[in-house]
This record gives sequence, structure tokens and C-alpha cells, in this order.
Amino acid sequence: MLTLFIQQVLNGLLDGVYYLLIALGLSLIFSLGGIVNLAHGAFYAIGAYLTIVLAPHIGFGGAIIASPLLVALIGIVVERGLFQRFYRSDPILSLLLTFGLAMVAEQSLRMIFGAPPLSFSIPAALRGQIIFGEFIYSRYRALLLLIAAACVLGLWFLLQRTAFGRVVRAGVQNPDMVGALGISLQPYMMAVAGLGIGLAGLAGVLLAPIYSIHPAMGQEIITPAFVVVVIGGLGSFWGVVVAALMVGLVKGITIGLGYTQWSTAVIYLMMLLVLLFRPRGLFGERIQRFE
Amino acid sequence: MTDRQPSKFRVSRRQALVGISAGAATGLIACPSLILAQTPDAIRYGHLTPRTGFLGPLGEYGVMAVDLAVEEINAAGGVNGRKLEALKEDSVNPQTASTKAERMIERDKVACILGEISSASCLTISQVAARNKTLFVNTGGNSDALRGESCNRYMFHVEHQNSMYVKSCGRSLMAQGLVKGKKWFSLTADYAFGHDLLKVAKRFMEANGGQFAADKLVPTDATDFSALLIEIRAAKPDLVISNLAGNQITNFLKQYSEFGLTFPVAGFGFDTALAWAAGKDNFGGVWPCVWHHLIDTPETKKFVAAFTKKYGKPPENQAWGDYTAVKIMAQSMNELKSTDTAKILEYWEKGAKFDVMKTRPGYFRASDHQLMSEMYTITALPAAQVKNQWDLFTSSPPVPGPNEELEVIATQGDEAICKMS
Repeated sequence: MLTLFIQQVLNGLLDGVYYLLIALGLSLIFSLGGIVNLAHGAFYAIGAYLTIVLAPHIGFGGAIIASPLLVALIGIVVERGLFQRFYRSDPILSLLLTFGLAMVAEQSLRMIFGAPPLSFSIPAALRGQIIFGEFIYSRYRALLLLIAAACVLGLWFLLQRTAFGRVVRAGVQNPDMVGALGISLQPYMMAVAGLGIGLAGLAGVLLAPIYSIHPAMGQEIITPAFVVVVIGGLGSFWGVVVAALMVGLVKGITIGLGYTQWSTAVIYLMMLLVLLFRPRGLFGERIQRFE
Repeated sequence: MTDRQPSKFRVSRRQALVGISAGAATGLIACPSLILAQTPDAIRYGHLTPRTGFLGPLGEYGVMAVDLAVEEINAAGGVNGRKLEALKEDSVNPQTASTKAERMIERDKVACILGEISSASCLTISQVAARNKTLFVNTGGNSDALRGESCNRYMFHVEHQNSMYVKSCGRSLMAQGLVKGKKWFSLTADYAFGHDLLKVAKRFMEANGGQFAADKLVPTDATDFSALLIEIRAAKPDLVISNLAGNQITNFLKQYSEFGLTFPVAGFGFDTALAWAAGKDNFGGVWPCVWHHLIDTPETKKFVAAFTKKYGKPPENQAWGDYTAVKIMAQSMNELKSTDTAKILEYWEKGAKFDVMKTRPGYFRASDHQLMSEMYTITALPAAQVKNQWDLFTSSPPVPGPNEELEVIATQGDEAICKMS
């Protein structure tokens, strides 16, 4: 019984990693541009559909690299064409814009690929189990975990240890001061949007073999991702990481204790508690322009 | 960027949160809808079915089938010499479904309402239909309760009831020795349909000497089953039972195969589209089916050919339900030379027979308005034997067999009591 519970706790932690890839990009784009990107889930769906198109030609490995890059490219076009007009306006406007964008993207997927879900399987080479003593885990998910961990570390390094990251962080805190120093934030915004949206695309590729692929799949993932961002704290990198793991963990424990039917409700309850007692989120910094 | 007003950039957290909540709320209520142009002398059917959400992909098959049926009926002269028009809308959820049903009846003056997949929405639509004395033909809601405690005079069911699904698949499981003295681990979709199906499945188990190792309710928006798969592995059941619905079944099958579990799988609720979405590497188990594209009858072959020609893929069982409902309604109106609800209702209750593309004709049972027709049990083929992306399974002969009454698989006696009001 205890082993089973520990397995559930570990599984829950790993489960949280999938929200992470979506939530990180969401948080990044919000932090820098103040854009509440409701279309983020749609980019995840586009990543999954691109995989179905690309994998037969370049293999799943090729798709893991190509799909997120293509999605990032779409993200950059969207940032240049649309997002940049809304950086200094009321977030309600960007919210309506991205909501519309999400609907257009979903409907386009429906028109191109049809409404019924499409099939895509784990490549034969990645099937099978990993066994550590009592703990048995899917090989494919272990790979997912490695890729996600590499992304988190890579992103952290980029933001904390590079000149690019310093400008982005300064831009988050005080865009006007950055401007006054003669640095144009424009290319940074573009890169951040591409990066964040590319991460959503990557999540799409990685989850395509284990989740149902249908046009509305973006909606399925966007709500938990928002919950993660709110719990973690807007603008906080580690907040999002910790919140994603916590959400997975709490879900895992809920199921482990036998309350499966509460496993979704419990993450909204977590968000409610955080909003009541610490509205800026667990690790939310006091960003002046958001107060 | 420096040329713009910096003050506008100050966004309060409160505003941002309000924005996020507003966006989420808009996402819940917004829905695409399609209303065809209306011509005054046409006979209009209202078609409501979910086109978004976890049942949306199935609803889309229903919509395609309605278009095909209307096209064929109009090509053959229409209904009583008038053109048939279908007003199709996304029912979204039970509340929206009843509002739209109300509008279709009062504003659009539809002759009847067809469609739906969610049992919960069927209930609200049927209440509106009964209040307005308009026929509602349910093409996809399985819950026994709709034919039992929640039945009403104006609701008929082309879709088969949960009891029929459970008894058809159950027969096959008994033949394989997976019931008596065996432990089942079941996963159930946590809404009206799932609860009803679980109730019927439990009744079947108790009557046939099996027991549940566990029965877990799964939220309808859950996409990850890893925690449940770990529990299944630890419980070592003799059979894993899915009472899941919609995309959940696909997610479950994909992850079941990913985790390499080998306990036999069966399910009591099923749609072929979900098997197609799981793909040959992941689809497994034994499932009941109200209709599938491999049935060997001339009418099924004709329907599959017409559908495939129009849409480039074979129809799935939800397409059969909506197509059959439109055809039965049109045929009845033509035979009666009337669109009068009372006349149609009486005609159906008296046992009019309809071709439902199976070996025997179907009829509505007067006691609960359930369409009586044969069911099938399908079994997944091993991946190596699969020739194309559609033909992933083999089918049992029709259930019940040729020497049995169709009623033997339906609710009997006190299993679901309908008092028509």
C-alpha cells in the first residue's frame, strides 16, 4: 500500500512536468508583454498536428525538432503582426485578441484535418517500460521528462546567465528604463514570444503519442496551465516550475488516496486558496507595473 | 516602442486576473453555430448535438450524417413533396441545449428535434420538447434513466440504452469466462452517462457472479490516466472495464498500451471514432457497438459508400444514429402524409417497422420508446493483422441471435421503469 502511494506521489511529480512546458511560455509572454495569451493552447495543438504531418517524412525524432521550430516561427509572425500592437494597452484587449486567435486556430485545424481525432502512436523504439525496483515507468514518459528538464534548465540559463536574459529580466521589471538606456525591447519581445510559443509546440509534439489529438485539444490544456501560472505567481520562473510540480503532486496524492473524482477539482481548489491568502502567487514578485 | 505612452502600460494585477477569468468564462459559453438559410415552404428539423468539448468529435459525425440524409431525401422528392431543411446547432451543454431547443421550436417552428449525445443534454431537451408537445429523437444519449425514471411521451431513442450495451458485451465476456468469480477494475466517466452505465454494469456483475476490485470515477476533463494505470497494475484485475466516454477512451487506450499493461480490456460504452483515433498500435479489447461500417448488409454497404464518397472516410456509429433518425422521421411523415406530432407518435408506438441497415427491421418499443434493433460486439485485431486505418476489429454476428427476441438485451421488468406522462 505504501509503495503504491509513493509511486503515485512520484508519478504526480512527473505528471506536473507536462503542464510546465505550456505554463512557462505562458508566463514568459505575460511577464514581458503583459499579453494574456489564451491562444497558447492552440499553438500546442498546432504542434501536435504538425507532428502528424511531418513524422511520416522526417521521423518522430525529426518532428521533435522541426515542429516546435515551425510553431515558434508562427509565434514570431503572430507577435510581429498582432501582439506588438497590444503591449501597452488594457489586457482585456489582448485577451479578446488571443481568444479570437484561439478560435480561428481551432477552426482552421478542424477545416484542414477534420473534427474527428487523429491517431498517432509512440514509435516502436520508444515503447516499453523502465523498472527501478518497485517503480515501473513508461520509457516514453521518462524521455519526456528528460526533454522537459533540459528545457527548464536551458531556459533558466538563458534568462539568468546571458546578456539576452538580463535585458529580458530588466524589461520585465522596468521597460521604460530599458528604453531610456537605448535598448530597443522589440527584438527581445519577438524572441520571447517565439521561445514561449515554441515551447507550447514542443509540448504538442511530445504529448501527441499519448493524448487524443483533436482540434480542441488546446482548450483542454490551457486551463490547467493558467492555474499553474496563477498559483506560481505571475512573472516568476521558479514559481511556475514549483506550481506545476505541486499541481501534479496534489493530483497524484488525491488519486493515490482514492478520491479520483476530485483529481481535477482539487487543482482549482488550490488556486482558490492561493488567491485568497497570497493573491500574487506563491513566488510572485512584486512587479511594479502589475500592482 | 519608446514613442508610446508609458502610463498605459501599467496594468493592475486585479485587472489581469479579471481578464483571465473573463477569458475563461467566455471560452465556456462561446460556441460556433450554423444556421442554414430558411425557405418558407420547407419542412424544418432541428438538430442539436455537441460539436465542441469532449463529445464534439462524435457530434461532427452526426452533423455529416444529417447533411447526407437531408441531401438524399431531397433528391428523392423531399417530405410530402416539400424540401427538408435541417437547422444544426452546437448544443454545448445541458443549459445551452435546452435554450436552443426552445428557440428552434418557438422561433424556427421546427417539426421535430433530433440529435444529441450527452445524456444530460438529452434530459433538458426532452423537457423542453415535452412542454411544447414536439417530438425529440435521441440519437446518442445512452443513459437507461432517459428510458426509465426520466422517460417522456415525446422522446424516442434511436441510440440504444446502456443495458443493451452491457448485456451485448456481457454475453461475449461470459463466453470468454471473464465474469463468474472474476475481479473487475472499472473506470467510469463522472457524469450522468457514466453513473448510469456503472449502475447497469454493477447489476450485470451481481447477477452473473463477478465482483469489482475497484470502481473509479474519472472527471470528464481528465486527460492523463497514469495514476489510474499504476493502480490497475497493483490491483491485478482479471478484466479492466471502461465506462468512459468520448476522447477519454482514446486517451485511456493510448496510455494503457504505453504503460504496457496486459490485463484484458473491455468497455460498455464505445464509439468507433475513438478506436480509429487510438490507432492500430493502441486499440485493444472487446467493445459493444450499436452499428459499425463493416456490417454485412446491402443498406450498410450503400450508406458506407455514400458517406465515404462525400467525406473521404467511413461513417462511425454516431453517423448511423443521426442518419437513421432523419430517415425514420422522413419516412414516417411521407407514409402518414402529415407532420403532425400526435400522428407520428401513435404510428411509432403501434410498432411501425423501419430498415435500420441491419439484418432485421427495427421498431420503437411502446413501453419506453426505445428503438429495438440488433447490437454487435467487436474485438480489436492484433496490430499485425490490421490492413488499413479503419478496419481495426472483427465483429460478432448480430446480438441477439436470429432465434431470439430483440428485447432480450434491453431492460426487463423492474430494471428501468418508465411511466409516460
